[in-house]
Amino acid sequence: MDTLSIWIVIAGLGAGTFLIRFSFLGMMADRTFPDWMMRLLRYVPVAVMPGLVAPLVVWPEATGGAMDPARMGAAIVALAIGAATRNTLGAVGGGLVTLYLLLWLL
Amino acid sequence: MTQTISSPSTWFWRGARDGLPFTLVVAPFALLFGVVATEAGLNLLETMAMTILVIAGAAQFTAIALMVDQAPTFIVILTALAVNLRMALYSASMSTHLGTLPVWKKAFVAYFLVDQSYAASILKYEQHPELHPQSKLAYFFGIMVPIGPLWYGFTLIGAVAGSAIPPEFALDFAVPITFIALIAPMLRTIPHVVTALVSITVALLLVWVPYSMGLIVAAIFAMAAGAGTEILMERRKGAA
Repeated sequence: MDTLSIWIVIAGLGAGTFLIRFSFLGMMADRTFPDWMMRLLRYVPVAVMPGLVAPLVVWPEATGGAMDPARMGAAIVALAIGAATRNTLGAVGGGLVTLYLLLWLL
Repeated sequence: MTQTISSPSTWFWRGARDGLPFTLVVAPFALLFGVVATEAGLNLLETMAMTILVIAGAAQFTAIALMVDQAPTFIVILTALAVNLRMALYSASMSTHLGTLPVWKKAFVAYFLVDQSYAASILKYEQHPELHPQSKLAYFFGIMVPIGPLWYGFTLIGAVAGSAIPPEFALDFAVPITFIALIAPMLRTIPHVVTALVSITVALLLVWVPYSMGLIVAAIFAMAAGAGTEILMERRKGAA
């Protein structure tokens, strides 16, 4: 990515994120979203992030898009630890250890 | 009731103390972001500008991943902002407690409204609804005292260290692992699991769609599936 695009992303993301955070705080009157909107919004992170990560796991860039057992194994371990313990850092740690172990073994 | 009448400065330090445990999560993530952003080709200034202006880890990782993927600029911004939409909910919920404060103070609250400061404050506000807004505000800023500087500082350390890490460490995969680690604890209900599965399936099916637009389609389907499942489950519970 060229320098200009990087700065456009930084500025756009910074301003947009601030506006999202300021939205209701900045309003004079007490207002909230309608129920259906609140319901949808709750699912946004879990709707966006798995879809973003899935192709990176199945077709990793580092292997030129070939499926890679080490990276796949690391992803599965991270998911299992994260789901079982709710511990994000433990999941990152377990995933990385698995990745290095499998890269070394295979 | 002594807690209620204590001064805003007492609440400020109480917040700072309650913010301390979060540093264990925030520091490694900031470090990782610094490393990943540097590996993706951002220079020190760009990395720090993003981390200071955005302060939202998941959205920053999303933006970096899409930039590496050569997605067009507006898709990068749109998708990363979608990840941050949950913060509109935080804003709505905070405004019921801090709505009467001057706008400039609320602007500072908005800037620092991150997952950790929101979660800790709202917990305290609900325990002490009668607390004066000034004390609530002091508590909120108190929480950010240990978190904010660590976020900036560890991003800087990561960015400086990142350029020294050799490619054998397979850091290309640090971003996917981080995402999975962030998502997995969210999968606590059936609708959340359904949302994630639909998102993965549609995103993989539409991976050929140019400009990473497939991801946005996948997210819309997944959101609808999650909310739909929730409604169905509520109806069934109501009928039983």
